[in-house]
Amino acid sequence: MVNKEKILAFLSEIPDPEIPVINIKDLGVLRDVVVNGNEVEVIITPTYSGCPAMKQIEDDIVSAMKKNGIENTKVKMAYHPAWTTDWLSDEAKEKLRKYGIAPPEKSTSDKGALAGKKKTCPHCSSENTEMVSQFGSTACKALYKCLDCKEPFDYFKCH
Amino acid sequence: MTKNEALFNYLLRLGDTSLILAQRNAEWCGHGPFLEEDLALTNISLDLLGQANSILLYAGAVEGKGRSEDDLAFHRTEREFYNTLLSEQSNGDYAKTILRQFLCDAFDYCFYSELVKSKDETLSAIAAKSIKEITYHLRHTSSWVERLGDGTEESHSRMQNALDELWRFTGEMFEMNEVDSILIKEGIAVDLKSIQPKWESKVKEVLERATLKIPANAFMQRGSRDAKHTEHLGFILAEMQSLPRSLPDAKW
Repeated sequence: MVNKEKILAFLSEIPDPEIPVINIKDLGVLRDVVVNGNEVEVIITPTYSGCPAMKQIEDDIVSAMKKNGIENTKVKMAYHPAWTTDWLSDEAKEKLRKYGIAPPEKSTSDKGALAGKKKTCPHCSSENTEMVSQFGSTACKALYKCLDCKEPFDYFKCH
Repeated sequence: MTKNEALFNYLLRLGDTSLILAQRNAEWCGHGPFLEEDLALTNISLDLLGQANSILLYAGAVEGKGRSEDDLAFHRTEREFYNTLLSEQSNGDYAKTILRQFLCDAFDYCFYSELVKSKDETLSAIAAKSIKEITYHLRHTSSWVERLGDGTEESHSRMQNALDELWRFTGEMFEMNEVDSILIKEGIAVDLKSIQPKWESKVKEVLERATLKIPANAFMQRGSRDAKHTEHLGFILAEMQSLPRSLPDAKW
């Protein structure tokens, strides 16, 4: 008999393919595990509709299940409730910052965080930064630069 | 026409429009005017592709003939596509691409904000997901329309040319037929006539700031509701579908 808690525990170790310092549980992509006898349904939700990492995450889940002796896995994509950066824990945000990505600020209800507000440089903590582009290296990030240490950095957008 | 047939057609309209617009923007990949814009256009393309993917996946399920989202995208012909004429127009210069995207974003913003209230749970969930992305796109393209329209003499004239060329394709976005009346009665579809004034005021506000003039000639080209397209769609499909059609069993 397969155990839901045990499955959630080993699935939580799967890193995000693009940002390997945080796992799919921290990111909020892994939503739930439903055990029906010998069949296990893993429910995930995409960050952005077109996130190309989703296929990789699906494959990683299936192979982690196989490694733990579970052959009969169905990965189901759920769109509701829509993913939000509000699900990121403070611990996950701190991991992002250490990795060089400025974490999303506060909640998505704070529209200033999306638009012009200053972001803190994850390298030197200066607030003297400016946005280069609303769109960064992946759909979930915007591109910024620090005017003090002159380093470019990604900002994980509030969503 | 049954409710299911109407819903299938409605989903093709939405899914095909996102798919074709995604394909158009993806043509800029590696050719953007500068690196940040190259990334922006491909990011927008990716969001649209993701939206198309979830809508066409649902369309396949509604149709109930076992067609996947890929079957629908790659194994239908021109006269089976229901994307808007605006979405298939050629990229032209950067001004035309940005203006096309802006006119579509403004429509999507008004449309998906309403679709969130649909009684169809899948559609409502897809709309709630999409609207976050569309809000971002609209902010981006509005700022470019303003910057280029109210920019240099050269950028202004390119934007005005784009507007003169594309405006005629905006009317049919609001055209309704039997599909709409069946689905509006069920509380599934959005009444397009009710969002038209919102779209117009949003568009006019930005165009005014951009010092651009809406063409006086009110002729509007129609056709996509009957799967009739401009000459561009065939070329897009030829390129987009060539691989899965020549190698039907190809896998990633």
